[in-house]
Amino acid sequence: MILEGFTPYGDKHPNSCLKINHRPSNNTNKQLRSITDAFDKLQIKDGMTLSFHHHLRDGDFVLNMVLDEIKKRNLKHITLAPSSIFPIHEPMVELIKHGNIENIVTNYINGPVAKTVSEGYLKGFLTMDTHGGRPRAIESGELMIDVAFIATPAVNSFGDGNGIQGPSQCGALGYMMSDLMYAKHRVVITDFMTEDLLIKEIDGHYVDYIVQVDKIGDPQGIVSGTTKPTKDPVQLKIAKDTIKVMDALGLIKDGLSFQTGAGGTSIAVAEILRKKMIENNIKGSFASGGITSYLVNMHEEGLFNELYDVQCFDLEAIRSYRDNPKHHPMSASKYANPCHESVLVNDLDVVILGATEIDLNFNVNVTTDSHGYLMGGSGGHSDTAFGSKVSIITSNLVKSRTPIIKESVTALTTPGSTVDIFVTERGIAINPKRKDLIQKLNEVSFPMMTIEDLYHKSIEITGKPTPLIKSDKIIGHIRYRDGSIIDTLYQVRK
Amino acid sequence: MRRSLLFIPSNSPAMLQNADIFGADGVIFDLEDAVSISEKDAARTLLDTFLTMYPLNKLEIIVRINQIETSITSKELEKIVSDRIDTIMLPKATKESTLILLNQLRNIEHEKKLTKKINIIPIIEMATSVLEVSDIAKVERVNGLLLGAEDLASDLEVPRTLESLEILMPRALTILAAKAHKIDAIDTPFIHKDDDEGLVKDAKFAKQLGMNAKACIHPNQVEIINEIFSPSMAEIHQALRIIEAHERPENIHKGAFSLDGKMVDKPIIDRAHKLIEKAKAWHLL
Amino acid sequence: MKDLLTASAGTMESNDCLMIVSESDQLTIDLESIVYLQFKDQIEKVIRETLKEKGIEKLHVHCQDKGALDYTIKARLLTAIERLENMR
Repeated sequence: MILEGFTPYGDKHPNSCLKINHRPSNNTNKQLRSITDAFDKLQIKDGMTLSFHHHLRDGDFVLNMVLDEIKKRNLKHITLAPSSIFPIHEPMVELIKHGNIENIVTNYINGPVAKTVSEGYLKGFLTMDTHGGRPRAIESGELMIDVAFIATPAVNSFGDGNGIQGPSQCGALGYMMSDLMYAKHRVVITDFMTEDLLIKEIDGHYVDYIVQVDKIGDPQGIVSGTTKPTKDPVQLKIAKDTIKVMDALGLIKDGLSFQTGAGGTSIAVAEILRKKMIENNIKGSFASGGITSYLVNMHEEGLFNELYDVQCFDLEAIRSYRDNPKHHPMSASKYANPCHESVLVNDLDVVILGATEIDLNFNVNVTTDSHGYLMGGSGGHSDTAFGSKVSIITSNLVKSRTPIIKESVTALTTPGSTVDIFVTERGIAINPKRKDLIQKLNEVSFPMMTIEDLYHKSIEITGKPTPLIKSDKIIGHIRYRDGSIIDTLYQVRK
Repeated sequence: MRRSLLFIPSNSPAMLQNADIFGADGVIFDLEDAVSISEKDAARTLLDTFLTMYPLNKLEIIVRINQIETSITSKELEKIVSDRIDTIMLPKATKESTLILLNQLRNIEHEKKLTKKINIIPIIEMATSVLEVSDIAKVERVNGLLLGAEDLASDLEVPRTLESLEILMPRALTILAAKAHKIDAIDTPFIHKDDDEGLVKDAKFAKQLGMNAKACIHPNQVEIINEIFSPSMAEIHQALRIIEAHERPENIHKGAFSLDGKMVDKPIIDRAHKLIEKAKAWHLL
Repeated sequence: MKDLLTASAGTMESNDCLMIVSESDQLTIDLESIVYLQFKDQIEKVIRETLKEKGIEKLHVHCQDKGALDYTIKARLLTAIERLENMR
């Protein structure tokens, strides 16, 4: 549903940023014995919208516990709104196939659930939002949440909580803030109750109920260990070339604000940037996003003044978040909501991003593979690409006989108008719209190729693939960060 | 004119397909040590179809064949020699085996009616080869010598060390032989692929001794090697100044002239020209 | 029944293919590929052309492809055939 007054992307700021009111809780008797009790107390019934955050990632038990309860009661027509879905959420498959879960609204989907939805089993609709679009939708009332289940590693009897204490600690809790403040009912689920909270990231004034369970998650899956920088020579070359183009553009200077992902190539880029900054005595202003030990290290070495954290990827990040006042929390709204007054992404100088596909107009797909199987989603991709001064996509040009460049992407996640540079092992292409960047690179004779030339090179290597035909059964849509629909999702052909 | 030569195992399609992206001046497609005995046939055929069908960027194509032990033309050479390759790299080279290779190359080129003459880089990796290195360098078509320090150390029955004292003489002799015959002196690869600092130290030392290129066993080493064995910007500027000064009307007919208080004569001017030639070939200018 | 001779070449690594050839009284191609929909026709074409070049009209070819380019398909097939011939 698109609210009146919205102009589809192309405008710097959405025309309409309606906001509903916060909902402080009136409840004083908050403790419940179980999730079953919560369902009874809140009279959770058919057709409701239930939300979750994804800070426990692939170690999350909470969503599955709620699914269990839905299954027991055979509730139907449920809309599930988890901010991300991981392989551990496999129990959702059965509930989808039986029609208990009818609609899904999420920012990222992977694993068996992704496969099931791709194959057309969801009886309703899949809506893919971005990390910034989700809080926008919640705060505007577009995504009306009946009950928000908020997994919280440490909670006190009032319902205040944080993610830095307890056996299932996960660090910053950026993705739950909008659910907490705007959902009709909020149930905090924890495995660690204490009156000695070091910080109160969750404000108990918004919490209706508290349920204590044995375990909210598996630490192994929550902080899946530090990704190491890639050792693959081709990926390393791409990482090196990424820093070269940043350097040639004069981006590596004092005050730099930077964001990169948590994958092997992204971390390699951070490592090479680190060396360069140390060599040239550069002091950046901030690094942001999902925070890894590499970024923590760079901050502690004085390379970035501050860290802005929406989620912690490893134990080092959690440690730093807990102990360092310059390692700041950031709600998803502050991070990426286009309706937020001082949204962080607009202060970013450079962001490094990936792609499963990119097309000749620089449109990027990170939602599906070339067959149409869901395997991800924007997450913060579209938000950071929009906000940053320079957005850089890194990818192999060809991987296992699959060219990355298509004439047209299978699914449009991030519009080409927000994508500036594409770095591959066989050349770098600059979006022709960025005449300023092209000029700057011409001045230093930096080698560039057009994206068409890169495309032809990749076809020369692999041969021309037979185009994959889409089915015509619609299973959902991709919603850009301002609420406009930018693409349709189709069932995969069997 | 080489600075870096990158070893690529011939039996790995993933590596073959990316051989040309790392900026090496030449790639050594290895049919010898990087390929197990049971896979030699597969590697040969794969390299052959690869060189025929894959759109490779322009660089020197070198093939390291297996050791030549008899004068019977190897099936390998028969298959590999074609217009698509530039150079054969000969392991465990001796004067005798180098001459045999030269002969076989001539025969095959004639047989296949090739339009080009394929060059040879012998690998100096035995004590006997070091002692006859000058004779190896003077063989026709030999346009570079590669020092193979790992096998050489085995032959000398000493451990191979980071300090590299054990290969000091062999390095020097290889360099002397190469330069006496105006061909490339290519240093042995640095085998510790995660030690960039060690690589830089080793390469700089080799350069100081007189090596003008170095083999690489990992793509990450190429950029470092290229940088060390390329003339620096300062050296390029100085060479340009020397050439420009020489071409001034007051200097052009003199045998020697003065620049910055130093004497500039023919050897210095020639060196300056050679340096600029290299700088242009390597796109530094 | 006499066992039919079989030979193989290649690996299941990315960008490679495992090519298994066996004696047969007809020409059959059995292809599995990670890029089946995009390159099935092209891969079969390379296999057929290679067999034609070698004058082979009867062979069973089983190919497990992990994104091998044409040159790899051809090479692995040629090597498998060579190995089969060496067995005879």
